[in-house]
Amino acid sequence: MGAGLKRFARNRMALLGACVILIVVALTIMAPFLFPAGAFALVGPALQPPSARFWLGTDALGRDVAAGVAEGARTSLLIGMSAAMGAVVLGAVIGGLAGYCRGAVDIVLMRITEFFQTIPAFLLAMLLVVILSPSVLSVIIAITAVSWPGIARLVRGEFVALGGREFILASAGLGASGPRLVFVHLLPNCLSSIIAVGSLLVATAILLETGLAFLGLGDPNVMSWGLQISAGRVSLRAAWWVCTFPGIAILLTVLSINLVGDGLNEALNPRLRER
Amino acid sequence: MRRWRYFGYRLLFALPVVFGILVLNFFLIRLAPGDAASVLAGESGAASPEYTELLRQKFGLDRPVIEQFFLYIANALRFDLGFSFRNDAPVSELILARLGPTLLLMLAAFSLAVAFGTLLGVLAAVARNSWRDAVISVATLICYATPVFWLGLMLIVVFSVNLAWLPTSGFEDIGQGYEGWERGVDIARHMVMPVAALGLFYLALYTRVMRASMLEQTGMDYVVTARAKGQSEGRIMLGHMLRNAFLPVLTMAGVQAGNLIGGSVVVETVFGWPGIGTLAFNALQSRDLNLLLGIFFISACLVVAINLIVEALTIALDPRIQA
Repeated sequence: MGAGLKRFARNRMALLGACVILIVVALTIMAPFLFPAGAFALVGPALQPPSARFWLGTDALGRDVAAGVAEGARTSLLIGMSAAMGAVVLGAVIGGLAGYCRGAVDIVLMRITEFFQTIPAFLLAMLLVVILSPSVLSVIIAITAVSWPGIARLVRGEFVALGGREFILASAGLGASGPRLVFVHLLPNCLSSIIAVGSLLVATAILLETGLAFLGLGDPNVMSWGLQISAGRVSLRAAWWVCTFPGIAILLTVLSINLVGDGLNEALNPRLRER
Repeated sequence: MRRWRYFGYRLLFALPVVFGILVLNFFLIRLAPGDAASVLAGESGAASPEYTELLRQKFGLDRPVIEQFFLYIANALRFDLGFSFRNDAPVSELILARLGPTLLLMLAAFSLAVAFGTLLGVLAAVARNSWRDAVISVATLICYATPVFWLGLMLIVVFSVNLAWLPTSGFEDIGQGYEGWERGVDIARHMVMPVAALGLFYLALYTRVMRASMLEQTGMDYVVTARAKGQSEGRIMLGHMLRNAFLPVLTMAGVQAGNLIGGSVVVETVFGWPGIGTLAFNALQSRDLNLLLGIFFISACLVVAINLIVEALTIALDPRIQA
């Protein structure tokens, strides 16, 4: 891991991405101080172009776009991280079970995984949010439910590959219990791949979240970038800035997470490295 | 012919997927809060009591769960996906009427993304680590991170609002009464932006896959042999490497089919494209769950079909595949 982090630090693009993510995190922390009125407050005249007073302009209701972008960052990061975390845990459990038990369990679980990889993920996420009624939690559940298959296949593959190695066989031969094998020997050895792939999941989770919010499937009481864009769409002709800035925020955040994820992949998984 | 027996196996594997979607749909209905009949009727309260009663009978909602399950499957297999009270039409009819525009949009975005993705990937791989490679890499990274709906809106701002080159939404200008060739041109003009918005992400994806795949081929023995025989670099590239390097792109295209449908829902909503996506968005607005489930089922079947086509193409391109 230590050598991996050093490799990561040499990757300039990944460092740049990490810096942008830090700025976005700082923005979420400072949002209440920068915009004490909150993102839903009507603070000025409607549809003001960007100016010294309203850096990113105001929307059709006279809300500050900049305040929305700052508050939306929190929503996107929260949902993106939680959903990615949920998908990693769920995927690790399913993939781990399949890879550890093998046999019939493996076949059944992998068929289910392939099934979830085949069906249209976005439509399933839409259905889940509609059925559970839109809220931050239901969006997290929906994104988790469609994001785990990749992790499951990864963990299964690693477990299968590690299963035949001498140190595992030795440990099993010495009488190590199943849980000990899994948690002390198998999982720590595939942790670096899980971290690398999981970090990329945060980016796709954020894209999914903004897409859902754009279709009106976000929490209506929580400001988010997707919600801002869907609200600004009506006044697109008169006011380009309402839609443009939240979109740039999404692009920069997702791009940075991808850069960091690629950097982690290269640093932690030299085997899987793309050329 | 052994190769095509392999295809038969794949065809057989596709059936459980279709069945699985029906099972999933059934569970989703039961997951929804409230009475299943009112859930199926959509928009709670809007459906008449007679209609709700009809649904209750048709789906056997007063009978045990297992019986309900088989009734649901039986109805779906007869392609009876229920009735959309809101639209006053059978769900299957509503979906079939919208299938054409969606297929057109997806097919155009997909084929352009594959064609240009392959081309750009080859260009990047040939000039590895040059400025051209760098430009292509940065561009793919950006396309990769751009939300499709936002890209669509930005295209509208630039090309419709500011430049007034292209129409903002719809499938065609019905008011103009175009016919034949002119109508085709009109539809094509309406397609430019939706196709660009939907395809750009996949263009980036296939570029990346193609570049990596081409670089992987460069060290292969058959390339060295071809070079030793004195073949020109262009011939090695086009005659030998391209076909091998293209296979991962094709595989990826199959894997991404499901996401392509998800993307087209969002893109159609942005551009008012009269396809399944817009239908899904309207169903979403009126909380017409049964229609949404029907769309989910049909789209998933579509993905299975696309996967089979990709499989057939792979078999045709790669003689090594055998059952």
